Amino acid sequence: MLLTIETSHRPATDIGYLLHKNPAGLQSFDLSFGTAHVFYPLAEEDRCQVCVLLDVDPVGLVRGRGDRSLDQYVNDRPYVASSFLSVAINKLFSTAMNGRSKERQELIDQPLPLKATLAVVPSRGGEDLLHRLFEPLGYSVNAIRHPLDEKFESWGHAPYYTLTIEHYLPLQALLQHLYVLVPVLDNSKHYWVSEDEVDKLLARGESWLPSHPEKDLITRRYLKHQRQLTRDALARLAIEDDLDPDASDKAHDAEEDRIEKPLSLNEQRIGSVLAALKACGASTILDLGCGEGNLLRELLREKQFTRIVGMDVSIRSLEKTSEKLRLERLPDMQRSRIDLLHGSLMYRDERLAGFDAAACVEVIEHLDPPRLRAFERAVFEFARPGAVVITTPNREYNIMWESLPAGQFRHRDHRFEWTRDEFRFWAERMAAAHCYSVRILPIGPLDDRFGAPTQMGVFVR
Amino acid sequence: MKVDLPELSLVVLIGPSGSGKSSFAQKHFNPTEVLSSDHCRGLVSDDENNQAATDDAFDLLHFIAAKRLKNGLLTVVDATNVHSEDRRKYVQLAREHHCLPVAIVLNLPERICQDRNATRADRDFGPHVIRTQRGALRRGLGRGGKSLKREGFRHVLILESVADVDSVTIVRTPLWNNRKHERGPFDIIGDIHGCFDELVELLETLGYGLERSPEAPEGDWCITPPADEPERKLLFLGDLVDRGPKSPATLRLVMRAVAEDRALCVPGNHDIKLLRKLNGKNVQITHGLAETLEQLDGEPPEFIEQIRGFIDSLVSHYVLDGGDLVIAHAGLKENMQGRGSGKVREFCLYGETTGETDEFGLPIRYNWATEYRGRASVVYGHTPVPTAEWLNGTICIDTGCVFGGRLTALRYPERELVSVDARAAYAQPAKSFLPEHSAAERTAQQRHDDMLRIGDVLGKRIIDTRLQKNVTIREENAAAALEAMSRFAADPHWLIYLPPTMSPCETSSRPGFLEYPAEALDYYRSRGVARVVCEEKHMGSRAVVIICRDGDAARARFGVESGETGAVYTRTGRRFFNDTNIEIAFLDRLRAAADAAGFWEEFNTSWICLDCELMPWSAKAQALIREQYAAVGSAARFALAESTRALEAAASRNSADDINRLLSRHRDRQAAVDRYIQAYRRYCWEVDTLDDLKLAPFHLLATDSGVHINRDHSWHMAVLSRFADSDALLMATNHRLIELTDESSVADAIAWWESLTSGGGEGMVVKPLEFIARSRRGLLQPAVKCRGPEYLRIIYGPDYLAPEHLDRLRRRSLKHKQSLALREFALGVESLERFVRQEPLRRVHECVFGVLALESEPVDPRL
Repeated sequence: MLLTIETSHRPATDIGYLLHKNPAGLQSFDLSFGTAHVFYPLAEEDRCQVCVLLDVDPVGLVRGRGDRSLDQYVNDRPYVASSFLSVAINKLFSTAMNGRSKERQELIDQPLPLKATLAVVPSRGGEDLLHRLFEPLGYSVNAIRHPLDEKFESWGHAPYYTLTIEHYLPLQALLQHLYVLVPVLDNSKHYWVSEDEVDKLLARGESWLPSHPEKDLITRRYLKHQRQLTRDALARLAIEDDLDPDASDKAHDAEEDRIEKPLSLNEQRIGSVLAALKACGASTILDLGCGEGNLLRELLREKQFTRIVGMDVSIRSLEKTSEKLRLERLPDMQRSRIDLLHGSLMYRDERLAGFDAAACVEVIEHLDPPRLRAFERAVFEFARPGAVVITTPNREYNIMWESLPAGQFRHRDHRFEWTRDEFRFWAERMAAAHCYSVRILPIGPLDDRFGAPTQMGVFVR
Repeated sequence: MKVDLPELSLVVLIGPSGSGKSSFAQKHFNPTEVLSSDHCRGLVSDDENNQAATDDAFDLLHFIAAKRLKNGLLTVVDATNVHSEDRRKYVQLAREHHCLPVAIVLNLPERICQDRNATRADRDFGPHVIRTQRGALRRGLGRGGKSLKREGFRHVLILESVADVDSVTIVRTPLWNNRKHERGPFDIIGDIHGCFDELVELLETLGYGLERSPEAPEGDWCITPPADEPERKLLFLGDLVDRGPKSPATLRLVMRAVAEDRALCVPGNHDIKLLRKLNGKNVQITHGLAETLEQLDGEPPEFIEQIRGFIDSLVSHYVLDGGDLVIAHAGLKENMQGRGSGKVREFCLYGETTGETDEFGLPIRYNWATEYRGRASVVYGHTPVPTAEWLNGTICIDTGCVFGGRLTALRYPERELVSVDARAAYAQPAKSFLPEHSAAERTAQQRHDDMLRIGDVLGKRIIDTRLQKNVTIREENAAAALEAMSRFAADPHWLIYLPPTMSPCETSSRPGFLEYPAEALDYYRSRGVARVVCEEKHMGSRAVVIICRDGDAARARFGVESGETGAVYTRTGRRFFNDTNIEIAFLDRLRAAADAAGFWEEFNTSWICLDCELMPWSAKAQALIREQYAAVGSAARFALAESTRALEAAASRNSADDINRLLSRHRDRQAAVDRYIQAYRRYCWEVDTLDDLKLAPFHLLATDSGVHINRDHSWHMAVLSRFADSDALLMATNHRLIELTDESSVADAIAWWESLTSGGGEGMVVKPLEFIARSRRGLLQPAVKCRGPEYLRIIYGPDYLAPEHLDRLRRRSLKHKQSLALREFALGVESLERFVRQEPLRRVHECVFGVLALESEPVDPRL
């Protein structure tokens, strides 16, 4: 991994004083993940280049770690700019980062003509993100994308760029920007993100982050998507925000936007299912394929439902649901109403028998067609609830979404998407075979030709 | 005084404090058989005399008693039990578990009880307590224990004195249905209903001799077992009489065979009804009883008396062959087997009904067999079926002879069905039991198997395999497998096998190598293996291929109704091809190859299961290659090129040693990355048509003729090379047979490996010549891989061969990987064997699911 900083300030070699690194030779520093080398390919009066070369030890990186998958052994970490670089910058150039210089204190605050090049930088968010992050800070940005493998052109590009940014600014600012933004581009951290990370972010970003238009994204990604920490950080930034009336206005606009925005399709879906369940007078409910508990949360709010069981095939989803609904903190009366089950609709399951109603929200399209039969029998023949509410996408409507390429499904894991006729045909066959009556309702904005984006079948025994 | 106690009973001791119950229990029963209320008080409150803990203590006692009875263990309750409401629970418990409640009463004089308690410091209650208890006891006893019998106790023993108590010896008697010591062989014969001529024909077909004597009445003949099997015994499933033409002769033949110990017989509902009629009870003369009575008219009264005695003596069911075989007229659930109660008897005679009746007025039968999970095979009759077929280890062999069907026998342990046709339809069934015949009807088992149960896969499981005995599946691994199996795997009907993981050879200490063939060969030689096969390792994706001869075969053998004729799936059970049409075309080509190789005839089979490698790697691992391998290559190449350039510039300014060292190190790394890219590129090519794929089968795992693990690897290689000849899509595997004790042969193997890997090849797999190899310490690895140094770059990183890395990488442990490989291998073979034996799908699925679960155990993925 290589970072090159270049200046045309005169004398250019002054940068050595600012960085506290002598241009003469190679200087090496041991870090926990390997070695950092600093050297000068060029050190002239009118031009000076300083390189930070990280020699990350790929074997040491994974030894003794608990969670193992192959991508931890053969990976891009030794080659790309990542949080390792931030650690190295902080370690190698701490005096410069903190705005001190023994020999050239007068240059500290002085804007200098600076150019920084990251040999390979991953950008999770494409080239666009590179511009969005650096241009608001005044840089001119040049990004060159690399192919995955020139022998296989059809494989397309790698998610890596050679990034060059140029600006007239104090060296301290350049280092701070790189320190914060490199891990943001990579969207990953090699170490556990804890609370003091908020302090680090604030220390390195207080002068420029509050007014950066991508403030939210930067904070979120820097704190590695730890919601609580992100909220803390944004709150602490917001104190300073108050000094900036423009920023406060903007935030207000965004909020209004949210209120006026119509209910999302997902909310409409949950609402419609809830209405159908209430209408059939059920008091015990199964949420089959409960995912992360969006429907369960609504069910819990309704007194009508005295027993609620959410089932999912993914243990991780259930854990998240349990966290999101704060199941362990619910009062006993509430807690006794709800249970989560790990199970699968591909198997017959006695635990699912005897419920008034079951909901299967956006589940069937995730099943391979040959295995749909197992689902049908597991639900309609064996669990056999009094009512079954099933929602699934209406494929005809896909044409209404410009961003969705023709013929493609809405989700990578969808194994099929049905037209309205296909769903009706299936639903009526199910109803007839298992002695239910069925009605089909649209969910979401209704188009004359293509119907609604989601279709819902309500089966009643 | 000798007391007979049924081996499975719930013994309730009754007596006031101080009557000596605990001493009695201690003397006659094992400590684990005795549940004492005092002990339970202690367990829940740390004080055996704490009366406040009584409710909790009895909850515990009842709980344990229920568990013991469920597990078929004799249980003794040591508590005062002087009140009838205390005892009621035990009678009920015994009934629930179909075992006999027995009361043993210690009704000793009050003085003795008082004296005994006086000597015990922990019993400081007043004398009134014992007086009250004795009073309650005597009121509940009735004369001679009659009241106790009315409460439901089947045996009551009352001991009135110390001498009585001391004289008792207890003898445990087996239940009448316990014939576990009878190990067969047997011929089990279904409902006869007076079809005597068919019975005679069937017995002769089975090889029995009948000594017809002209003067004796028809049927009063001696049966002799087949000459070569003098031990062979007949088992009759009841319903000997009614509807058919010759009930008396049938009775004579069976009664004599039973009397002469050539046969056992269980009663059918018709036999019992006849008995009731003969006993003078008022029964409806329907369902063919009239014919029997007519035929018996004129028979001598002694014969009628014999019939009464015979039927009356019949035991509801038998448990035979060490508990592996159960016979009963209408079948029997697991929790009733080997038990005795009114309910058990009723089930044996009539089966289970839902309590509703159908449009013909017949009770709707609940098919208990669909729920059956027991170890014992259950053979029964009662309900006429068109053909006898196994379902969950049970089989009904009443093939409706009297209605013009057939009379069927099941040979045991051969499990072979032998039938003779009815000579006439002697009666009309209320509803037809013969269905309109359709050609490729699936079996009852297959229809049942469409729905697997979650309880059969979730939670901690222990799977009994032939090769490795018990393989334990941990709960969390099963949970992980459930998601993979449900979301991504193919229809479980196709999943009859998942391949095991494979361990690499021990780590080499040879400079520049992490793996080298010497260690692989040495692994087998040092464990007593003389010859191994070295097979070229193909770098693609593991594929299991099932080819059926046609759609009918797929339906008949795999129970698949979709019209598919085979499947190609990955080592985690995923469909290989997302596009169904490609899979169909692929399978068509393989089917043609199997035709050409004559496999269908050679193995007398309609399907084959192959273990293969499918190339290119990029066909299935496209995403992995792009997102990981190629991406790393791309990043590494540009990063190292830039770093080298910068170092060159620095070195030209200042040619210090440390910069030059760093520069040369980076040049080495650059070269290593180029070789890494070469390494993965070898296994990638664009796939536009089927012809761009290559399938290399290396095991012909199974066909109808068996699981081919009794054949050595040379055989597999030879047979599959013949298969591969006929289509360019297929590829035979290069291999060498190596004599491990011949130095030159071993040197050949090493040289061959070097030639394979110097060009970047993946390496080879070393297998003991025999498919299953064991040493003194158990099963050996079925295969060990030895990978080439260039290939390993994509596993361990581009510059893993740099000395500073290699030395650390050598510290790897294979133990877990090897243990995993063995467990998965045992499960894989087990699942195939169960499939070939046509066991229920859940039994096959259990093993396949187990392999998937084991694969979720964390193990170094580089191995």
